[in-house]
Amino acid sequence: MTSASGGDADTVASVPDRRGRFGPFGGRYVPETLVAALDRLQAGVDRYLANEDFQAEFRSELATWVGRPTALTRASTLSRRWGAEVWLKREDLAHTGAHKINNAVGQTLLAKRLGAKRIIAETGAGQHGVASAAAAARLGLPCTVYMGAVDVERQAPNVGRMKLLGATVVPVTTGDATLRVAIDEALRDWVADPEGTYYSIGSAVGPHPYPYLVRELQAVIGREARAQMLERTGALPDAAFACVGGGSNAIGLFHPFLADASVRLVGVEAGGRGEGLGDNAASLTYGTPGVLQGSYTLILQDEHGQVRETHSVSAGLDYSGVGPEHAYLLRTGRVAYEAASDAEALDALVECARHEGILPAIETAHAFAGARRYAATHPGARILIGCSGRGDKDMPILQRTVLEGLA
Amino acid sequence: MSIAPHEAIGAAIAAARRSGRTALVGFLTAGFPSRDRFRDDLAAVAAAADVVEVGVPFSDPMADGTTIQRASFAALANGVTLPWILGEVAAVTAAGGAPILLMSYLNPLLAYGLERLPRAAAAAGVAGFIVPDLPFEERAELRGALDREGLALVQMVTPVTPPQRLERLCADARGFVYAVTMTGTTGASAEVPADVLAYMDRVRRAAPVPVCAGFGIRTREQVARFAGHVDGVVVGSALVEALERGEDPRAFLASLR
Ligand SMILES: Cc1ncc(COP(=O)(O)O)c(C=O)c1O
Repeated sequence: MTSASGGDADTVASVPDRRGRFGPFGGRYVPETLVAALDRLQAGVDRYLANEDFQAEFRSELATWVGRPTALTRASTLSRRWGAEVWLKREDLAHTGAHKINNAVGQTLLAKRLGAKRIIAETGAGQHGVASAAAAARLGLPCTVYMGAVDVERQAPNVGRMKLLGATVVPVTTGDATLRVAIDEALRDWVADPEGTYYSIGSAVGPHPYPYLVRELQAVIGREARAQMLERTGALPDAAFACVGGGSNAIGLFHPFLADASVRLVGVEAGGRGEGLGDNAASLTYGTPGVLQGSYTLILQDEHGQVRETHSVSAGLDYSGVGPEHAYLLRTGRVAYEAASDAEALDALVECARHEGILPAIETAHAFAGARRYAATHPGARILIGCSGRGDKDMPILQRTVLEGLA
Repeated sequence: MSIAPHEAIGAAIAAARRSGRTALVGFLTAGFPSRDRFRDDLAAVAAAADVVEVGVPFSDPMADGTTIQRASFAALANGVTLPWILGEVAAVTAAGGAPILLMSYLNPLLAYGLERLPRAAAAAGVAGFIVPDLPFEERAELRGALDREGLALVQMVTPVTPPQRLERLCADARGFVYAVTMTGTTGASAEVPADVLAYMDRVRRAAPVPVCAGFGIRTREQVARFAGHVDGVVVGSALVEALERGEDPRAFLASLR
């Protein structure tokens, strides 16, 4: 039984609780300096997310500046090649090239309402950095973006875009110089000015209320996709796939389907080059419970609770933790999580580009790899893939990998 | 009659106050600058300071500035772990000296296991814990576990902690209240304007235990400025840097008095 407006949301949408718990996961593990700032953010979330003026402005920005609703595309050739019915939810067509803009616009509007004087953000692939820089430029707020030095190099096109959009980009050289240390550095910046600075976090991670806030802002993906599937096919998909770094595009796609028990939901993590600690970024597949960056969740750590460096060909998935709601959905069994390797993702990227005329981001290509695997064992299945972003930003790394092979 | 470990902290600070001094709380990162010398360094600090904080290194020290970050990463590279730290601390506390607290982010403590941590820490002579990423609302489990062994869980307050919350946080503090001098991470030199002193006075009125100011305290002038407004001062990054330069921590701490 399916309704047009979304499943029986109440039974599954009751997490998080007031303290930000998704079952045992989530919470708020931050220095005392940030507690009052998070309380103010919580008050803002309570006040504005349900406020008609705020929602009207958010919807209008999404429609006229971001370009929503994004298309639902039937992937005819992939359907034929895989022996399935494949549909793509095209977040790559959103302004700035990925789903990240939904969250960035929402949080920047909220920051403005809360009287913030500047926006800070972290970024891995550079997509949240570009989205934040664009939203801040549009709303007239200065923006500083923290980015691991390794990512600055491998996502160079996005660094230039952020600068053109007026943002200050700060490379972070500690640790493995990727997303996790960029978040650490953004948190330090925020601790220094918790009253004037708004930290616009880029995924469904961090201390409460961020995982909830980001989910609510990204759920537009799944709401649109669900309605579009019903309209175009008269039915829901059998399975939906999304890549999982911190988990924002995945929770945004999945959440409106949670109550639809017939829809299999699958999150695809970065399997990197293997199963060993340090060889992947698949915290749901290989991680253990712990506290990282404000939240109790599944993390890639050693036996002494030291968070370990990760590896993925994709900067946006290269993170040792994951949003607490995904840890919860794994534990309840409602969502399945699996890993796709660097090689599988690059292969899926090439296939999609060649046969659908769409160059997906390397992050996104992990979802394609997972979907292709599923199609192999479920002939004829109707499959929805969250096409979270476009791959233009990945040219430096594609040049060194698949294009080398094509030369 | 023996007193609980958490009471030994207050007693050490009170003893300093009785002799007319602001208590000195010395912080050093375990296993930095050298793993081999750590036991000697710790003993030297425990002989010169009134209370000691031993930093348990963590991969993601989000409340720390560059000095303690660098010290943490180097200590981890030296193979420092919590079980090793407990062994070193036990060797030093066996000989007496100032009460020793462990300053640790939550995750290494979770990995050790909150069930077995309090007993192991008490056996090593640890007097309490400071956990910078564990706010009041999330502390129940650890606080309960430490209470059973009489260990302190030191509460931090900051200049941006709202007044009512400050009262609540102070009311049931153990050991001492750690009053952070400023918004920001550890290390950067703190100014001590009049409003910071007024904030310290407020904390002191609310706290049933001694109050120690910390973050950014590096000079004798700063220590003198806080005198009369707090019971003690925490010296962290500056002491770590002195150890890194190879200076005698006793001489460095004496220079702040
Ligand atoms: C296109 C794209 N997809 C996915 C991700 C992963 O983030 P999340 O798991 O929050 O969706 C990123 C992150 O940078 C991205 O740029």
